[in-house]
Amino acid sequence: MRGMLGLVFVMFTAVAVAGQTTHEYRLDNGLKLIVKEDHRAPVMVSQVWYKVGSSYEHEGITGISHVLEHMMFKGTEKYPAGTFSQIIAENGGEDNAFTGQDYTAYFQTMEASRLPVSFELEADRMRNLTLPRDEFLKEVQVVMEERRMRTEDNPQALAYERFKAAAYITNPYRNPIIGWMSDLEQLKIDDLKRWYAQWYAPNNATLVVVGDVDPKQVLALAKEHFGPLKPGKIEAVKDRPELSQRGIKRLEVHAPAELPYLMMGYKVPVVMTADPDADWEPYALEVLAGVLDGGTSARLESEVVRGDAVATSAGAGYDAYDRLQSLFMLSGTPAKAHTVEDLEIEFREQLRRLREERVPNDELARVKAQIRAAKVYKEDSIFYQAMQIGSMETIGLSWKETERYYEQLEAITAEQVQSVARKYFSDTGLTVAELVPQPIDPANPPASAGANAQPH
Amino acid sequence: MKQMLRTGMIVVGLVFSGVTAALPEIQSWTTDKGSRVLYVHASELPMVDIRLVFDGGSARDGEQSGIARLTNAMLDQGAAGLDAGEIAGGMEQRGAVLSGGSERDTAWLALRSLTDPELLEPALELFGKVISQPDFPPEDFAREQRRMLAGLQYQKQQPRSIASRAFFQRLYDEHPYASDPTGTEETVAALTVDEMEAFYRRYYVARNAVVVIVGDVPETQAREIAKRLADSLEAGEPAAALPAVDTLEAQQKVHLEHPSAQSHVMMGQPGLQRKDPDYFPLYVGNHILGGSGLVSRISEEIREERGLAYSAYSYFVPMERKGPYTFGFQTRNDQRDEALSVLRETVKTFIAEGPTAQELDAAQKNIVAGFPMRVASNSKIAEYLAVIGFYDLPLDYLETFPDRVEAVTNNQIKDAYRRRVHPQNMVTVIVGGEAEAQSEL
Repeated sequence: MRGMLGLVFVMFTAVAVAGQTTHEYRLDNGLKLIVKEDHRAPVMVSQVWYKVGSSYEHEGITGISHVLEHMMFKGTEKYPAGTFSQIIAENGGEDNAFTGQDYTAYFQTMEASRLPVSFELEADRMRNLTLPRDEFLKEVQVVMEERRMRTEDNPQALAYERFKAAAYITNPYRNPIIGWMSDLEQLKIDDLKRWYAQWYAPNNATLVVVGDVDPKQVLALAKEHFGPLKPGKIEAVKDRPELSQRGIKRLEVHAPAELPYLMMGYKVPVVMTADPDADWEPYALEVLAGVLDGGTSARLESEVVRGDAVATSAGAGYDAYDRLQSLFMLSGTPAKAHTVEDLEIEFREQLRRLREERVPNDELARVKAQIRAAKVYKEDSIFYQAMQIGSMETIGLSWKETERYYEQLEAITAEQVQSVARKYFSDTGLTVAELVPQPIDPANPPASAGANAQPH
Repeated sequence: MKQMLRTGMIVVGLVFSGVTAALPEIQSWTTDKGSRVLYVHASELPMVDIRLVFDGGSARDGEQSGIARLTNAMLDQGAAGLDAGEIAGGMEQRGAVLSGGSERDTAWLALRSLTDPELLEPALELFGKVISQPDFPPEDFAREQRRMLAGLQYQKQQPRSIASRAFFQRLYDEHPYASDPTGTEETVAALTVDEMEAFYRRYYVARNAVVVIVGDVPETQAREIAKRLADSLEAGEPAAALPAVDTLEAQQKVHLEHPSAQSHVMMGQPGLQRKDPDYFPLYVGNHILGGSGLVSRISEEIREERGLAYSAYSYFVPMERKGPYTFGFQTRNDQRDEALSVLRETVKTFIAEGPTAQELDAAQKNIVAGFPMRVASNSKIAEYLAVIGFYDLPLDYLETFPDRVEAVTNNQIKDAYRRRVHPQNMVTVIVGGEAEAQSEL
């Protein structure tokens, strides 16, 4: 699919289960290798994570990381366009890639003895991509179709894109991962060549392998395939801290739709940006998200959807593992007898209670029981184990954070939950967006439909 | 093409290994009241997945389109005097996850729990109540009904959902598969609690259920769990056989206008049933034609060669009766006709000529070498057990799967496609753009 990942890990956890060990190595050229053994089945997943994503981009070239991800399947001298996926397929593998705000990652899931196939191909395209212009001209059209499918024709996704662009001024999270259409239209193959040269090097990558493998053999294989690659000169991306917000922001997004939709986002810290004297705050926010939205018995479902029945759906989301300052989100669709204003009042009432009242013990215990269980359930998937390791490493934390996360959440108290609610849920850092449905009138297509058309 | 494959072969040769997958050992028995149980002991993680699958999907809706879905959604809204919050809380404070769902053939309820007895025991107790003593509280019913209506409204702003609904309607006409599992605004608004209870009493019965258990519970415990859950149900009767699906006799075209930048196109016909003599030739054939992502012919022609779509595919959904064989893509409105003619041409060529020997070889390698991944987690094993149990496939289905894939020949694929796939009689649904802009298909 060569998909993108948006808000994926709302709550993720990891632990070492007995008999499973994680090993960390670094090759001379700077490539980091993390191997986690999981011998439940004769399979493995191999992932290469690059420290580049949409938050590394600047205005005018938005979406370039994601287009480059697509182009990574378009061949090298040794393995020309099309061969990569074909070879993986013949080996029974599944391969794909995803681009996020903070990373670009490539993976193969295969029967465990086929790891060398994955390493051979990934090592080759880490430094030797040819980036043919004719392939690029077709592929950028594919990406524009992807954008139409995911965003232009999906009113809630469209509203979320506008919401983020309004919530942030200088933080690069304001730009969509897939890029603005006008930037995609102006992208040139030379832009991609520069981007590739700038970020694709062993010293800007983390190689993660999870599965039925022997760490020493994996290391030897990694040395054989990735070892000869020359390191690049990686310049740190410029810091673009978000300006401190000076009051509530509101916007409406008008689009053909049937249902209204409300989004509220508060500026909050993440693990990477937390004040060292208050480094527990992101974990308290995670627990708080669990109190609101950690299941059918959590507050939003039991009070907003069932109790007061103000919404047909309502959710809260926060990811402590973004690289840059992020948003704590509330979103939902009002029930037919209610308006988005009613829902906003309801959400605000939820936050008022969190500020004024401590979360009762039984609710806190429920969130922690779920976290304990989730850490076991996650072990059922080698893919997600690798995802956790790769994403943590790529934002600048250690894979060990996957265990620390759990310990930190266990230690969070009701006072700390109340404290972050008081500190961050104020109008000063709030952005509110409303999707205002317009008639779905086929005779009146949205302006973007024709304007984006571009001949080959 | 040849060059590429040769390159591939070299790499394959370097790492070839004759590893065979460690297959899960499936135990099966029938409970006293008549539920079939499929169980796999997976002791690596301290967790268990339990699933009850009923022949109670939307194929059983009759005139009350949407009733199967709403009945399923109501089960955890109140049971044995407990309200929705108490049920959810009872599960979640132990880290247990209760879920349910329904499609055309099946309706199911599932429990995932840690196996620590202090957590599992009360979760099982609650799960049993949800399955066998639902209360259908009127207030919760009214709310869930409203939520389902809102879901129908949501579908109207998603071109993909609009297309799918129209596609099934045309493909199946009078057959129970024609209607969408989410019903229609008219039928859902008309549903009543009494109808829901009647539907539940008819289909959520032991003789109409399959029980799947995968996890860290020994066989004696699995037997107790299955008995406790399935035997708490009324014995009842298995659901009646579904009617056969009629073959399409003519080409049909539907164009629904929508203010979208893209046209969503779905094309197809009734395809495979689960127990189908042509299952393997058609499955492997489609893998080559449109079922293996970017390396399949349809994706190669529409996406890789021409950059016309992000996703272009074909797939069979094997069901109790012939499930759909669907071809599709989405593309900018002004490219729709071009993409559609490429799709049609690709399908026609494949039926006329069949796959090349190289394509067949590559597909077989992909499926067989990738086989261990199909059963590499408890969730995946549980899904297979549900399919094997519900569709009454042989217990050695997984064991024999790779051999049956390897046994497929070029001629079998060609023969099966010629007999079973008829582009001249397919339904084509387009959602997006203006209808008058449409040229002859």
